[in-house]
Amino acid sequence: MKSRIFFLIPLAAFCVLAIYFALGLTKDPSVLDTDVLDNHPMGEFKLVAVEGRSEGLSAADIKGHVSLVNFFGSWCVACLQEHPFLLSLKEKNVIPVYGIDWDEKNPKDVVRWLDRHGDPYTKIGVDATGETVIDWGITGAPETFVVDKQGIIRYKHIGPITRRSWEKTLWPLIVELRKQ
Amino acid sequence: MKKFLFVLLTAYALTGAALAVEPDEILKDPALEARAREVSQDIRCVVCQNQSIDDSNSGIAKKMRVLVRDRINKGDSNQEVIDYLVSRYGDFVLLKPPVKIKTMALWFGPALMFVLGLVGIIFYYRRRAKETVETTGAAPLSAAEKARLKALMNEEGNPS
Repeated sequence: MKSRIFFLIPLAAFCVLAIYFALGLTKDPSVLDTDVLDNHPMGEFKLVAVEGRSEGLSAADIKGHVSLVNFFGSWCVACLQEHPFLLSLKEKNVIPVYGIDWDEKNPKDVVRWLDRHGDPYTKIGVDATGETVIDWGITGAPETFVVDKQGIIRYKHIGPITRRSWEKTLWPLIVELRKQ
Repeated sequence: MKKFLFVLLTAYALTGAALAVEPDEILKDPALEARAREVSQDIRCVVCQNQSIDDSNSGIAKKMRVLVRDRINKGDSNQEVIDYLVSRYGDFVLLKPPVKIKTMALWFGPALMFVLGLVGIIFYYRRRAKETVETTGAAPLSAAEKARLKALMNEEGNPS
């Protein structure tokens, strides 16, 4: 009898592994750890302006108030999905949203994109080299960071901001950070 | 036929050498470029995840290759460049996961399983040998018994 139980061990081990791998399959491998930069101060940067505008974006602009930093591009389809929401944030003056535009094939593309869809940003900087993009650990667009008054990154949101993620995570965090 | 195979294999070997590094990215100093290549081969492209940035032609991989070369050119050691990228993207950016408490199972799990299996097999056979002796209560056959057994077997097999 004892030896029968012994023979069941491989079966039990197989079941444990099968469940473990089945759970693993439900995860999206394109979503990496999002908390690597949480509670780290953002790095220094000074980005040039969108063509035809005078003001770019630097790290100093973002400090002093709680804000969102949104990485986008005119090539980014998912960015359009959250675009109306970002516009409504600006319209209602909810929170400053700073845009970092990257990976443009033609620097004029973003100008056209903003003309066509509207500009939800307080300020925009263009990262032509990708240095700032890598410094913020970006893997795609849109990616949005909540940055506190001291310029410390508090949260990273990957993909378009949805009403659900805004109400459940982003807005409560912003309220919390404003109290500090 | 042989010639055809030779050409085919040569063509195949050449395709293996095709990499994503573009001519304008390459550093002038071959020693620095070699270091950049070495670092790039260990860095995972964060978009096409099973390729290194050295292999991948995605936009972000190109940016990372340029950044690696830029940092090496400015005097960073290979480890400093790697540490910087890990601080931005986490351990995931390394194609080879580092040995840490969290990754112990990954690194040593297979060896541990092997040893456990081996110990299991040894115990199983030793117990079985012991049980045979115990349950039958029999001592091994003596020389006389063996001879008699052989004779009996012969008798049955060869009725002559």
